[in-house]
Amino acid sequence: MLYREVGQFKTSYTSDQAIFPILQDRLGIVAIVIAAYLIGLTGGDFLLNAVLIPFLIFSLAAIGLNLLTGYTGLLSLGTGAFMGVGAYACYKLTTYFPNVNILLWVVVSGFFASIVGALFGLPSLRIKGFYLAVATLAAQFFLEWCFIRIPWLFNYNESGAIEVPQREIFGIIVTGPRASAQTRYLVVLTIVAALTWLASNLVHGRIGRMWMAVRDMDIAAELMGIRLLPTKLLAFAVSSYVCGVAGALLVFLWYGGAESTVFDINQSFQILFMVIIGGLGSIIGSYFGAAVIYMMPIVLRAVPGWFGLPLQPATVEHLTFMVVGALIIVFLIAEPHGLARLWQIAKQKLRVWPFPY
Amino acid sequence: MRPRFFALATAAAVLAGASLPASRAVAQDSIYVPLFTYRTGPYAGSGIPVANGMHDYLAMLNERDGGINGVKLNVEECETGYDTKKGVECYESVKGKHPAVINPYSTGITLELIPRAAVDKIPILSMAYGLSASADGNIFPWIFNPPLTYWDGASVFVRYVASKEGGMDKLKGKKLGLLHLDAPYGKEPIPVLQDMAKKYGFQLLLYPVPGKEMQNQGSLWLNVRRDRPDYIYIQGWGAMNPTAVKEAAKVGFPMDHLMGVWWSGGDDDARPAGPGGTGYLSLDFNGVGTDYPVIQDILKYVVDKGKSQVDSKSRVGENLYNRGVFNAMLIAEAIRNAQQLTGKKVVVGEDVRRGFESLNITEARLKEMGAPNFAPPVHLTCADHNGHHAVFVVRWDGTKWVKISDWIEPIKEEVLPLIEQTAKEYAEKNTGWPKRTEPCDKSS
Repeated sequence: MLYREVGQFKTSYTSDQAIFPILQDRLGIVAIVIAAYLIGLTGGDFLLNAVLIPFLIFSLAAIGLNLLTGYTGLLSLGTGAFMGVGAYACYKLTTYFPNVNILLWVVVSGFFASIVGALFGLPSLRIKGFYLAVATLAAQFFLEWCFIRIPWLFNYNESGAIEVPQREIFGIIVTGPRASAQTRYLVVLTIVAALTWLASNLVHGRIGRMWMAVRDMDIAAELMGIRLLPTKLLAFAVSSYVCGVAGALLVFLWYGGAESTVFDINQSFQILFMVIIGGLGSIIGSYFGAAVIYMMPIVLRAVPGWFGLPLQPATVEHLTFMVVGALIIVFLIAEPHGLARLWQIAKQKLRVWPFPY
Repeated sequence: MRPRFFALATAAAVLAGASLPASRAVAQDSIYVPLFTYRTGPYAGSGIPVANGMHDYLAMLNERDGGINGVKLNVEECETGYDTKKGVECYESVKGKHPAVINPYSTGITLELIPRAAVDKIPILSMAYGLSASADGNIFPWIFNPPLTYWDGASVFVRYVASKEGGMDKLKGKKLGLLHLDAPYGKEPIPVLQDMAKKYGFQLLLYPVPGKEMQNQGSLWLNVRRDRPDYIYIQGWGAMNPTAVKEAAKVGFPMDHLMGVWWSGGDDDARPAGPGGTGYLSLDFNGVGTDYPVIQDILKYVVDKGKSQVDSKSRVGENLYNRGVFNAMLIAEAIRNAQQLTGKKVVVGEDVRRGFESLNITEARLKEMGAPNFAPPVHLTCADHNGHHAVFVVRWDGTKWVKISDWIEPIKEEVLPLIEQTAKEYAEKNTGWPKRTEPCDKSS
């Protein structure tokens, strides 16, 4: 009833092509953004530190992988490693140039990831599908090996880990253990929102259409005049850029330090599952996927506590595993195209509600 | 249509639930001791006995003495699965409940928590793991890693080899191998072994085991057979240890020349090798078996009453179980000491840090606790948060670990300068690392 576009006339091409053609959607987005910022000002430490900051960071990484796998149809298992490149690049940059604004380095470190990503994307012209997945797996193993074996990357630390130094912007501590959860959340939120906006514009424009054409049938796309190699490499570069920034955020604004194991193959799989559950080829799906894979276990773990059930934490953990697994199957049976598709169906239904026929 | 609505409703419920805060209020008439444990995941095999040992000792104190000086301990486990992400989540969820001390039980999680400890005023006890350099109390006032570091352990290995060969000067020309997990934890002993290799003239051979290849060490042991090292030191964890022992038995490497660090000395590390594993050596700093009054008390007050999670009584007294007990003893003694120092009954992190800093568990005190000669006497000071205490060597006799050596002191003159230097480097690299402002208490 409320969600209806009756009376909203489109009088120009711009308004017809808008990403959110319906007024209610636009208001909803504004409301969500405002709410997100308000939570940052009022939320508790646990909510921000353990739930929302990682959720946003993983959403960003999922968006990055979605650009590659969902929009361009190139399966990648190297996400974790590309995130690692971003994190290590940011670490090297900020130790060499400690006086430069750390946020600049977070954003710039993505470019290093994108160079590496494009390099490992080169075989994508010749190989497809599972074979490409194996090629990106090589990237994962090779880069992980670098993070362990090249001591220059972690400044010859005895522990082999990278530690985040304290950095300030305008006198406010942003990174390091002294930074408040609020500050870090607001910084992460701003960067993630900006990159989401960028990614959304990319996929709705010429580049995104090229990617989707390649995904749907690359020979047809080639015949239409789309050059495959630059398009695929661009997809790898942009995707790795986003993942790299997510990796830098992960270490600098959440963990505060990291071993190479943080960027192992499990991280890659986790992000891939987020993309699959959330919905291939959907920006909002990336958020849904991150919510299900990352936040759902946290909520489930807390459930026995609310009811005062005296369960051992290990039992809770096992239960969580099982419930999450079952829910993933339920979601996928209910809608194989992911949560984003469910969301779309829900919107369709809302538009005609309460008179569906 | 119906399943779709169900799925939608579930999704909505999950999203709505996610915004609820997930913490509970804790009564403040008890001391809150969170234990980060892992009973799930690939490292559960090593994690379960440790978790049981820690939990059972603290539960025994509650049952037998009504806590510490009349204050009950509120022991709560948080499952980390040896996963850094979950460890950080655990930390965030317990942080607000005034924990007395945090035991991360993972080097990865410890590294994440070290910088936060000073800010949140919560001491961290990483018993013989974590960052070796954090033994320097002047730079890391909130971190404690007694009774000794990996560097001390490696130096004991060298000292043991020398004693077998007939003196430090006999090390010249010998080949010592290090079989290590190719991760920060496994690489920890390399710098000190390299220093000693230069000084004593032995050759150091490195055999890194990638984390993914833990259970597939065949080719590595071919190299071992080619190189013929005289002794091998294992710095492994989880599935890597039993695989290494099995492979060593298979290629016929002499078992009494194979020695594991204390984390490679679990009962389940040696047992799978069968009779071939007999003779495998490991460093150790806690007694094994149930012949200690304290273990008997645990059996009487906790295990027999069904308040423990051990799956059979025979697992009480295993090496890693007793190590968990020793870990819990350190926690309890630090709390007791903190109560004495502050005069408060219910102590929180800031007090327990002082309790650790002036911790002095003498042999007499160990006896009082029902653990005579169970562990080294632990003495910490403000400058030295580790103690660099002695360890002994145990031998796997096919069914259990048997102590075969006296307490062996680490080569401190090799280790201490390295610790001071790396601690200083750590503080320099982390701009804004706080200078120590915490006052120092007199040792009790």
